[in-house]
Amino acid sequence: MALTLYEKLWNEHVVHVEDDGTTLLYIDRHLVHEVTSPQAFEGLKLAGRKAWRVSSIVATADHNTPTTDWAQGIADPISRQQVETLDANIRSVGALAYFPFRDARQGIVHVIGPENGATLPGMTVVCGDSHTSTHGAFACLAQGIGTSEVEHVLATQCLLQKKSKTMLVHVAGQPGRGVSAKDIVLSLIGVIGTAGGTGHAIEFGGPAIRAMSMEGRMTLCNMAIEAGARCGLVAVDQITIDYLRGRPFAPRGDVWDRAAAHWRSLVSDADAHFDRRVDIDAARIGPQVTWGTSPEMVASINERVPAPEDFADPVKREGVERALQYMGLVARTPIAEIRVDKIFIGSCTNSRIEDLRAAAAIVKGRRLADNIRLAMVVPGSGLVKAQAESEGLDKIFRAAGFEWREPGCSMCLGMNADRLEPGERCASTSNRNFEGRQGAGGRTHLVSPQMAAAAAIAGRFADVREIL
Amino acid sequence: MEKFIRHEGLVAVLDRANVDTDAIIPKQFLKSIKRSGFGPNLFDEWRYLDHGEPGMDPATRVPNPDFVLNQARYRSASILLTRENFGCGSSREHAPWALQDYGFRALIGTSFADIFYNNCFKNGVLPVRLPAAEVDRLFALCQATPGFTLTVDLDGLYVLSPDGKAVPFEVDAFRRYCLLGGYDDIGLTLRHADKIREFEARRRIEQPWLFA
Repeated sequence: MALTLYEKLWNEHVVHVEDDGTTLLYIDRHLVHEVTSPQAFEGLKLAGRKAWRVSSIVATADHNTPTTDWAQGIADPISRQQVETLDANIRSVGALAYFPFRDARQGIVHVIGPENGATLPGMTVVCGDSHTSTHGAFACLAQGIGTSEVEHVLATQCLLQKKSKTMLVHVAGQPGRGVSAKDIVLSLIGVIGTAGGTGHAIEFGGPAIRAMSMEGRMTLCNMAIEAGARCGLVAVDQITIDYLRGRPFAPRGDVWDRAAAHWRSLVSDADAHFDRRVDIDAARIGPQVTWGTSPEMVASINERVPAPEDFADPVKREGVERALQYMGLVARTPIAEIRVDKIFIGSCTNSRIEDLRAAAAIVKGRRLADNIRLAMVVPGSGLVKAQAESEGLDKIFRAAGFEWREPGCSMCLGMNADRLEPGERCASTSNRNFEGRQGAGGRTHLVSPQMAAAAAIAGRFADVREIL
Repeated sequence: MEKFIRHEGLVAVLDRANVDTDAIIPKQFLKSIKRSGFGPNLFDEWRYLDHGEPGMDPATRVPNPDFVLNQARYRSASILLTRENFGCGSSREHAPWALQDYGFRALIGTSFADIFYNNCFKNGVLPVRLPAAEVDRLFALCQATPGFTLTVDLDGLYVLSPDGKAVPFEVDAFRRYCLLGGYDDIGLTLRHADKIREFEARRRIEQPWLFA
């Protein structure tokens, strides 16, 4: 029988099936960070249980860590306590690898997994973080879980779950200059909505995906959750295998050859059945900017902010009305006339080397507009930061007036000191524009790294295609 | 985990779609290393006019009189009626912890985000999916009737309104079994420990790179 990639990954990991189809699914890789794990480690200890397979754990501190003055440690005592609790838990339980605060390889958990080869094709990957979907770019069945499930995986190495439905997002054509994976996925969410993928695993396929780098594929899968899908997937090809060769935790020698041969089978069969199919033409997508408080509230740079009366559904109409009020926007305003105060280039969506290169190419030889209060680049990891510095990207950003920060989740959700003030408007390469996401009262517009860079230079949203 | 068999309670309405987990419990409260105590900060940014930070005494906060849960008629509500895609966004289990700590035992809406839906069942909170027409009907009834209550019956799989109408809903049999019994699912899974070990031993031979 022809199988989808999701079904192949699922079938490989079934340990036991209950009468109603609820399945005990074996977990290969457990990524752990400081925010969603303390209660799980505590629960394990209180129940007198041991971690089932310590070598599945890769941990780091990322959400609470500051992005300046690392020598000073963590100023906020409760942030510090959470990070120290992770230190203590990993010390007592163990892990395959731990990249603590200030380690050279510390970084956002979804950046460090792949760059260290700790994320390998065919794995089931979990983490107490919804953006675990990122790892699906490597044909992993990767999903975010809650803290009770973190404890369940620690204790049993398994997850209790029912099989999802499958959705194929077929992206034909090739994106134009200045259009990236971020624009493709924002455009998709605009079409299917933030609940469009609920109950589904989304596989991204088609010519645009086959030509895309691993960084771009990670951006796509990262935001599958913003389309409601717990996991995103991309089939293995030569690009996947080339990315992984030589990474610290990737296999070597004969084992590498065996692994790579198996990985090449991690593709959907030609006549596999998907429960739903969505077709997108990459060539028709322009640079995207969100204007509201949900990622589905998105438009192209050359469009206008919509009006509530454009929406027939009363619940939707009220949602738009509330969003415009929160965002301080007037209906029908051209997107390109929206002025911004702050720029954030970072997050598990867009903080990898390719993202920084793309933004630096726009910024090079230019200066921040006068109205920009703060523009910051937060690399996804210590390794990304070092790579960028070796290429001189830090100098390009600094010369333009950007701050070049230490790695972490930073202002994507502002658990550390990096936040928007009430009313401040930010062009952000992160993944969520919810009310208060980047700071209470803050106004987030989601964009690609190139578009964030263009907004930094113009002081308002600008069509990056006219700058390139 | 607290059992859920049948619950009758006062209904509060939150008439918005796509209520995200950042709204349910804002990020500054995620720094806690405990599972409890999140109730006073449920919907913090909507519920209070002042900015909330961990450790603040709720009694000193300034409630937002326009927010629905601050209205006298909804005080002590234990069932939340909402719209589609409730709980979207982050995987933070602090969201169901906050709802439960506030006093909600059941949520009714047209759809819930996958991770949030799953997290509810681990905490004795029952999310009930009903067709949009039924949700509309319950909204109308609730808004028209101060003191409006519903009975959510997991054993019988229906929601009963005071007019005597019982609307059926569906829940996976295994989830229902766990919630009806209040079972610790780690304990249930460990009954299969031998199978897990067998699976692992086989995989170590077939795909040794997964165990490096």
